[in-house]
Amino acid sequence: MDAVPILKLGSTLLVSIQIDLQDQTALQLQEDLAERITQTGARGVLIDISGLEIVDSFIGRMLSQVAGISRVLDATTVVVGMRPAVAITMVELGLSLDGVRTALDVEKGLRMLRPADATSPEALLLGLDADRA
Amino acid sequence: MPGADAARLAEILESRRAAISAAWLDAVIAELRGRTTRSEAEREQGEILDSLVGGLRQGGGRLTDPAFDALRGLLADLSATRARLGFTPRETAVGVLALKEGLYALAADEEGAALAEVTALVRLVDDLGLFTFESFAAAREGIIAEQAEQLLELSTPVVKLWEGVVAVPLVGTLDSARTQVVMEKLLQTLVDTGSEHAIIDITGVPAVDTQVAQHLLKTVVAARLMGAECTISGIRPQIAQTIVALGIEFGDISTKATLADALVAALRANGAAKSAIG
Amino acid sequence: MTAVEPDAAQRLAITTDGDVVRVRQAVRALAQGARLSLVDQTKLVTAASELARNTLIYGGGGEALLSELAEGRRTGVRVEFRDDGPGIPDLDQAMTDGWTSGSGLGLGLSGARRLVEQFSIDTAPGQGTRVTIASWSR
Repeated sequence: MDAVPILKLGSTLLVSIQIDLQDQTALQLQEDLAERITQTGARGVLIDISGLEIVDSFIGRMLSQVAGISRVLDATTVVVGMRPAVAITMVELGLSLDGVRTALDVEKGLRMLRPADATSPEALLLGLDADRA
Repeated sequence: MPGADAARLAEILESRRAAISAAWLDAVIAELRGRTTRSEAEREQGEILDSLVGGLRQGGGRLTDPAFDALRGLLADLSATRARLGFTPRETAVGVLALKEGLYALAADEEGAALAEVTALVRLVDDLGLFTFESFAAAREGIIAEQAEQLLELSTPVVKLWEGVVAVPLVGTLDSARTQVVMEKLLQTLVDTGSEHAIIDITGVPAVDTQVAQHLLKTVVAARLMGAECTISGIRPQIAQTIVALGIEFGDISTKATLADALVAALRANGAAKSAIG
Repeated sequence: MTAVEPDAAQRLAITTDGDVVRVRQAVRALAQGARLSLVDQTKLVTAASELARNTLIYGGGGEALLSELAEGRRTGVRVEFRDDGPGIPDLDQAMTDGWTSGSGLGLGLSGARRLVEQFSIDTAPGQGTRVTIASWSR
């Protein structure tokens, strides 16, 4: 079982799910994220699900739980990249992703997490420090 | 086939092939004047005869027998091609049924073919004719379905109104199928253009039923799930009354009287988002 | 034309987490082959994922039988989930218990039913469960 990698981008944790997610892997991810948020004091969690072909009740629940856990740990979660077919299916299923904020893509998601920050995501990636004190 | 042996029928067709083919060809050319060339018709007939004889040699009795699989395949392809080229049903079936001209000639002939055998062959050709007709009809239905789909695609344009705002002006009566196509197209366009605002304008829609209203609702919820906002504009008083009467909860769905109002609202929201960053 | 009996079915065991993923992938492949629209494919695979999980967790393990369907011009996919588990005691209740917000551990049968064209369920306490779903091309 491959674990889903978690990257750190400034004070944001970035997760990109590229594989067909087994239930256990999803649970592992939830645990790992809780761990990392605490370790790093991250203020934001961005989960990119553009690689997910389906979101069923289990994964939906996992995403809601991650959002809940990070809120308790004083961080905000944004889920990005949901495919139209997935959104339509979730609506039909009645899954509403409670407590989860969403954005169309990684760029918009990062903007949502750092609204007061004028630094572009590109600058973050290049390691340029936004807080020019 | 009672009264006739498949192998014997094959033998008859082979031994009298030239005469049968000639009578068949003449009948076909007469019907399909200009629609096909003589050599083309000849080639087609040759293929059908070969396949028919082959099937008989393998002991084929009824057209549905496995021995006639190849023949049925050949006729199905032929029908599909004819359907696509716009041949009429008669023009397509006659190509096969005209084989009977050749067979009738056999019956008149004293030597070599008993009445029972010719009757058996004629019956088989009738079956072939019916099969050809059925294949043709199926192919035609397929083409019509394809065209209907293309029409549906073309009649639901999604336009980019501004940076970050796309709109679908719906016109005419909405049915479930069309509304679903619109929904999928709109959501995909949001992703493709990176737009966070969608407007569905139903000014041009005279009436909305429960199913359509629910599809619209689902589109709004789906857009929200994806991280975009969707507004419905142009709701006429009659439609508003219908929605309420049907007991459909429009809840916190954003609605605006006109497309223009919706655009202004979307731009304001965009601007607000941008200034929060800068 | 009358419906043709499904081709030889593909049989997949459901005994681990990984099997649920395998079922998803197999159903996706068949749905693509049957030319279902992308949305219908997604709905079918999602329903299959839910039902496969049910088979694993509530049924104590079982199997899925996948088959291709054909009727006239339309092609489709049928998936049957079988287990020899405890069976569902109150089917009516299970069928009306939907999710509201992804909370609760309901079987999600009513949700899965909304995602597919054909849905049937055969179950009784002590007699295992058999759920069959099918979707077709337009």
